Amino acid sequence: MSLPPRVPSVVLAVGFAVVAGAVLVAASGGDPLAAYWQIAVGALAPDNLPNTLNWAVPLTGMALAVAIPLRGGMVNLGGDGQLVLGGLVAALVPLYLPLPGVLSMFAAILAAALVAGLYAALAAWGEVRHGVPMLISSLLLSYPAMGLASYLSGFPLRDRSSGLPQTVMIPPDARLPPLGDVLNVGAFAILVIAIAVVVFDRRSVVGYELRLRGLNPRFARYGGIALGRQAVATMFASGGIAGLTGATIVLGAQFRFTDGALVTPNYTWSGLMAALLAGGEPVGTIGAALFFAALQTGGFAMQRETAVPRVLTMVLQALVILFLAARHGLRRRAAP
Amino acid sequence: MSVLSPFLVHSAVQAITPILLAALAGVLCGQAGVFNIALEGEMLVGAFAGVAGSYLAGSAVAGVAAGALAGAALALILAYGSTVLRGDAIVIGIGINLLASGLTAYLLRQMFGVSGTFDSPAIVGLAPIAIGGLAGVPLLAAALSRQSVLTWFAWALVVLVAVGLFRTPFGLRLRGLGEQPDAAATLGVDVQAWRVGAVLAGGVLAGLAGVQLSLGAVSVFSEDMSAGRGWIAVVAVMLGRNNPLGAAAACVLFGFADAFGLRLQGQGLPNQLTDIAPYVVTLAALILSHRRRQA
Repeated sequence: MSLPPRVPSVVLAVGFAVVAGAVLVAASGGDPLAAYWQIAVGALAPDNLPNTLNWAVPLTGMALAVAIPLRGGMVNLGGDGQLVLGGLVAALVPLYLPLPGVLSMFAAILAAALVAGLYAALAAWGEVRHGVPMLISSLLLSYPAMGLASYLSGFPLRDRSSGLPQTVMIPPDARLPPLGDVLNVGAFAILVIAIAVVVFDRRSVVGYELRLRGLNPRFARYGGIALGRQAVATMFASGGIAGLTGATIVLGAQFRFTDGALVTPNYTWSGLMAALLAGGEPVGTIGAALFFAALQTGGFAMQRETAVPRVLTMVLQALVILFLAARHGLRRRAAP
Repeated sequence: MSVLSPFLVHSAVQAITPILLAALAGVLCGQAGVFNIALEGEMLVGAFAGVAGSYLAGSAVAGVAAGALAGAALALILAYGSTVLRGDAIVIGIGINLLASGLTAYLLRQMFGVSGTFDSPAIVGLAPIAIGGLAGVPLLAAALSRQSVLTWFAWALVVLVAVGLFRTPFGLRLRGLGEQPDAAATLGVDVQAWRVGAVLAGGVLAGLAGVQLSLGAVSVFSEDMSAGRGWIAVVAVMLGRNNPLGAAAACVLFGFADAFGLRLQGQGLPNQLTDIAPYVVTLAALILSHRRRQA
């Protein structure tokens, strides 16, 4: 799982997925060529590029959040819960912690990353101390987090003037400043995180130790790495990035926490697939996230122009992962 | 309020069935040495195919058949991907779950022209089986009467799988695959073929679990209606250590947690809070079982 797949494998897997997706579209009465053409235009035409980038920002954030533990052979399936917690905290801090504008914004981002990071670390702690597999606990922990956020935004903290389960709008001076028409400063935050993850992965002892764990945990322990502490710290970083991603969406685009708004675009699962596609290698993960963001953004144009539902792009992403997993296995068999 | 009200018992038994069927699928795969986390996706596809089959053919039997087939079809990816192609079972499982979520949402729009929930009077649900003669024993009557055929099937299967696994040569071979695949191969057992078979049989059961969700208590399909139940089944398999009886006991616990949540909802608690009951109980059970094992 931790070996980054070779580029030709990825290209081949994407090719297979495109063909399988075309068969699905044709079988359901659509025109696959027109559908794919609309995806390409919708994602890459100059007018649409900012939208693609805007979609890529949270998707890259969530992809990096998953990529970090994946590099060490760990899977964080609880991104949805961490994203939602981060978004909720970021929406509440400017409302209930009276600080001057920009300060309140920074406090909101920090608090979001901290809360989501601790929540993710809880899954690692459960594995280290109580032997509960993180793969499962991280996912199961998502449901209480989402339920709690849903309850808080629907009842005690609901904006009474709106009919929707959402919190009160945050004050304008606590929002992330816009960057052009669609983007906001949150894009910078994710860019900084992306660079930091790449540098940590390639140039730091921590990154080296994490890769070592991914390749061979027993050897890593033999080399003196405290696996338990490493797992908790890694998951804290992972959840922190997921929480920060949620904060950038809330502070930069939605300006309040709305129940379901962070989960519906599927950033978590697209991000997970992007990270899996690159085996957790950060540069590859970012590339895959950009590719999937283009696919998702183009999906809107496809749905509008050809009436093929845009959820097809989720099917395509899953197919890429499945074909890659099979190819990856074949390679392992060829070279034992 | 009595904790064991007839309503609670009835809805608990109803809630146990899908988790139990999926857990039995997990037991078969676990015994054969395949870690199956694709139960969630197989269940979801089964739920969709159940509704689609029932709606198109106008019969619940067609729904059951379609659900079982669809579960097996999706399981085929794991069956071959993790054995013949030697892919990573966890990555494949994640891929299958996401494929199921996307594919059912896609087909929901393309086949029925709706998103979210598909509800139609033409969907024939599973008829509840009334049991007469239990009127004197209220709790038992609540538990047993007016349950779907799949509930009866699931409990019969618990016994069947337990006997099959531990009392027959067939079960001995299957267990051998999980414990010592090399030894099993030496004795002439075709490891890959058996594993493919176990995963496919698991797909049928997980598909039926989905049918119980969409045609058992209600007759609708909604997107992502499996809502983590496949994962709870994975936990039940772990708690039961691949033993069908242990897994069934865990499923009973989760089913009652689920029904208890419903009950609290009846007391005025918002469903956002009560819905999390099964997940919290599941996590607590995982921690407690490990504590006991260490002690």
